[in-house]
Amino acid sequence: MTLLGKLDWSAVPLDQPIIMGTVGGMVVAIVSVLSWVTLKGYVPYLWREWITSVDHKRIGVMYIILALVMLLRGFADGIMMRTQQAVAAGGAQGFLPPEHFDQIFSAHGTIMIFFVAMPLVIGLMNFAVPLQLGVRDVAFPTMNSISFWLTASGVLLTNVSLAIGEFAKTGWFAYPPLSELQFSPGVGVDYYLWSLQISGIGTLLSGVNFVTTILKMRAPGMSYMRMPVFCWTALASNLLIVAAFPVLTALFAMLLLDRYLGFHFFTVDAGGNAMMYVNLFWVWGHPEVYILVLPAFGIFSEVTATFSGKSLFGYRSMILATMTICVLSYTVWLHHFFTMGASASVNAFFGITSMIIGVPTGVKVFNWLFTMYGGRVRFTVPVLWTIGFMVSFVFGGLTGVLLALPAVDWQVHNSVFLVAHFHHVIIPGVLFGCMAGYNYWFPKAFGFKLDERWGKAAFWCWFIGFHLAFMPLYVTGLMGMPRRLQHYDVLSWQPWLLVAESGALVILLGIIFQIVQLVVSVRHREELRDATGDPWNGRTLEWATASPPPAWNFAVLPHVDGLDAFWTKKQRVLANQEPAARPRAYQSIEVPKNSPVGFVTAFFAVVGGFALIWHIWWMAGFGVLGAAVTLLAFMFRTKDEVEIPADKVGLFDRAHSVEVSL
Amino acid sequence: MRYGLLAAVLLSAMILGGCDGGVLDPKGPIALAERQILINATGIMLAIVIPVIIATLGVAFWFRASNERARYRPDFVYSGRVEMLIWSIPLMTVLLTGTVAWIAAYDLDPPKPIASSTRPIKVQAISLDWKWLFIYPELGVASVNHLTIPVGTPVSFELTSSGVMNSFFVPQLAGQIYTMAGMLTRLNLQADYAGTYRGLSAHFSGDGFADMHFNVDAMPPERFAQWVASTRSAGPLLDSKSYTELAKPSAAVTPFTYHAVAPGLFDSIRMSSMQPDDALCQRYPTSKRAEK
Repeated sequence: MTLLGKLDWSAVPLDQPIIMGTVGGMVVAIVSVLSWVTLKGYVPYLWREWITSVDHKRIGVMYIILALVMLLRGFADGIMMRTQQAVAAGGAQGFLPPEHFDQIFSAHGTIMIFFVAMPLVIGLMNFAVPLQLGVRDVAFPTMNSISFWLTASGVLLTNVSLAIGEFAKTGWFAYPPLSELQFSPGVGVDYYLWSLQISGIGTLLSGVNFVTTILKMRAPGMSYMRMPVFCWTALASNLLIVAAFPVLTALFAMLLLDRYLGFHFFTVDAGGNAMMYVNLFWVWGHPEVYILVLPAFGIFSEVTATFSGKSLFGYRSMILATMTICVLSYTVWLHHFFTMGASASVNAFFGITSMIIGVPTGVKVFNWLFTMYGGRVRFTVPVLWTIGFMVSFVFGGLTGVLLALPAVDWQVHNSVFLVAHFHHVIIPGVLFGCMAGYNYWFPKAFGFKLDERWGKAAFWCWFIGFHLAFMPLYVTGLMGMPRRLQHYDVLSWQPWLLVAESGALVILLGIIFQIVQLVVSVRHREELRDATGDPWNGRTLEWATASPPPAWNFAVLPHVDGLDAFWTKKQRVLANQEPAARPRAYQSIEVPKNSPVGFVTAFFAVVGGFALIWHIWWMAGFGVLGAAVTLLAFMFRTKDEVEIPADKVGLFDRAHSVEVSL
Repeated sequence: MRYGLLAAVLLSAMILGGCDGGVLDPKGPIALAERQILINATGIMLAIVIPVIIATLGVAFWFRASNERARYRPDFVYSGRVEMLIWSIPLMTVLLTGTVAWIAAYDLDPPKPIASSTRPIKVQAISLDWKWLFIYPELGVASVNHLTIPVGTPVSFELTSSGVMNSFFVPQLAGQIYTMAGMLTRLNLQADYAGTYRGLSAHFSGDGFADMHFNVDAMPPERFAQWVASTRSAGPLLDSKSYTELAKPSAAVTPFTYHAVAPGLFDSIRMSSMQPDDALCQRYPTSKRAEK
């Protein structure tokens, strides 16, 4: 045993120009950003206002930034795969050898699910849920910061795998026996496991935090049936997190025991059973789909109601549908492997439960439709994403029901038809939803709107590019093309894959337009300024405070007397039934104190994770001990709140008066 | 509308594409029945999905804020009748497709023998890193990366894996089934037409996965008998020694045959993943669980 475990210079893939180029680019980018920040003297500001911040809005924004950066990485992986498959036909090997291609598709899936979709959704929940509930923060603000920084640790470790060592070559679900030491002796699977273990703890803590927040901390008068739909979907999603993520953690712990200590949970020999992993993985994995998509459904509901100038049609029905999905999502996991050879009755059972989950989902689509019916629909960017979602998602749902039919699933499982299907629900469902939310809440977060023209251009590129990229995969899937092919010899697939490649390029254009949209909006922020705090004529409480909201969110906690209370109040003011705002008596407010504990814990988590991956035991001990001591020290903190004096609150509130207050 | 058009284009593309050796171009009874279910279910759902897409676009367009003629009804937020309708439409669709799913799951259950007056032939398939080994236990021959079967005769597969999980799949003949070490899965298929069909591993199994495909030659029974005879007359012997050699990882292996097979080899491969002296494994063999 050496001082550095398995780590030596051979871990750096110096002979791989593509990897080294990417790593070089990333290092240059990181170094230049860091030196710019340092030279400009922004470090104290960043440390004070962001890194140690426990403000749910700041943490939400950081989650979203993290997710958008990782979207670029995940997309780069995606377009490399599409390019490889567009060229590697009929004897050609393309530009990616199998050992590299295998890492790329594994990283693409892992990153897109865990480090793009999850932080996007959790970020938007962080930002919007407390504001919608009319409260000042989440239940456990410091834990929220720890959650974020642990997610960032997982992201960092995954990216380190690019430069030092390798990533998993097993697909994003790392099925054994392939992911066992016998078949994957490298550090790739360890990077995968430790990254997800660390970020998974963060996610679980987030779940606990949000369930507590939503159940225990709502504005006075906000009963469950007065909660905005987004808060309901966030509740459902976090309940799923709390129930599902421990399964994943336990599962990965078992695989780690197999890999590190010679256990035989899932090995080929000594009575291990790999199918136990597959089952448990999807016991987490299918609820995970709804963890992601339910909050997105919530965003679509908010957007449709706001921009139709109507309350959501069938609010109760929507909540019933959401909670039904929440429960049913635990009864469908086996549809991910009808090909296992289970008995006909098992297959039939899971096929039918999978279809039943389509019922509440279908109800939701109709509810959005009837919300627009009789409304005054303003075709803003969030609405485009929403309508784009509705028309695409029903088709993705159709292919989903096909896959829920065991007899059809046997024919298209593991094929690119399946790949097309789940992109067809995740991209329009989750990503379009988050993009709608990003455009919808941006003015609330930063005080100015995003540019509409570039936003619309970006939407159309995404929408068209998505269909160009994935519709052809349905065809090649039916032609018998399996997923994860590094090369193939069936030349009739190639034209379709070339179309798919062109779709990926159109999506790339969409991403570029989104970056342009952000830059243009920042430059024109004065014209796009939202002075009222209510740029969209909103319905829920987040629009009843300034944009951006102060650290304490609401100078006086709002009183809620119904669903869409803010909207109702505005209507009454318009009808001259009520004055817009009453004189307010300000009181001093206690806000949670900043804390570096999240950042420091995450630092030790990265050190410990890296050490465990490379079997550097002394360093692993250092990392684990460091994290434990940090958390322990935090527990002895006596002062955890700062008081904002009443006159300061009043000063801010008068300077940023909202037109209507509750 | 645009979407309906897209769906039409796609459907025709699928049918055209299907003529090229995919699941839409079945050559046997199982694949044919599976295609029929695919088409039926797609039809049932398109009847709902296309109107919903048209209605979404239509409603959004008609109720655009700038349309003076559209009536603004901000109070239209609940209607018992509409609720009834929107819960029952998806429910009825699912009732219909669910019934299809239930019946098909039993009718087309992979281990279920194909009803036929012809006696089925047995094939034992083993996925190796990264090739396929097919043993004909009754005929005493074996082949690698090539499957030869008689036309019009049910083929009854027993499948396992030497290590990593794979999925045995001949799209034009039947759906796929996993091959798992230490476990046994069963699959039945039949080719009704002579021809060469593409077979493959559908489940990713490592670096050599892309080359893990094979041809299935379906030939008239008399030609099949000739093939068996000529296979018996030449080629190496498949016993545990040559199997160990074969099992070493290799990709894109040129097809070849074995003139004879040591008896019981398949079972010993399947059982080799369990320690025979382990009492627990003997009492609860994993294979039994998979069989059930």
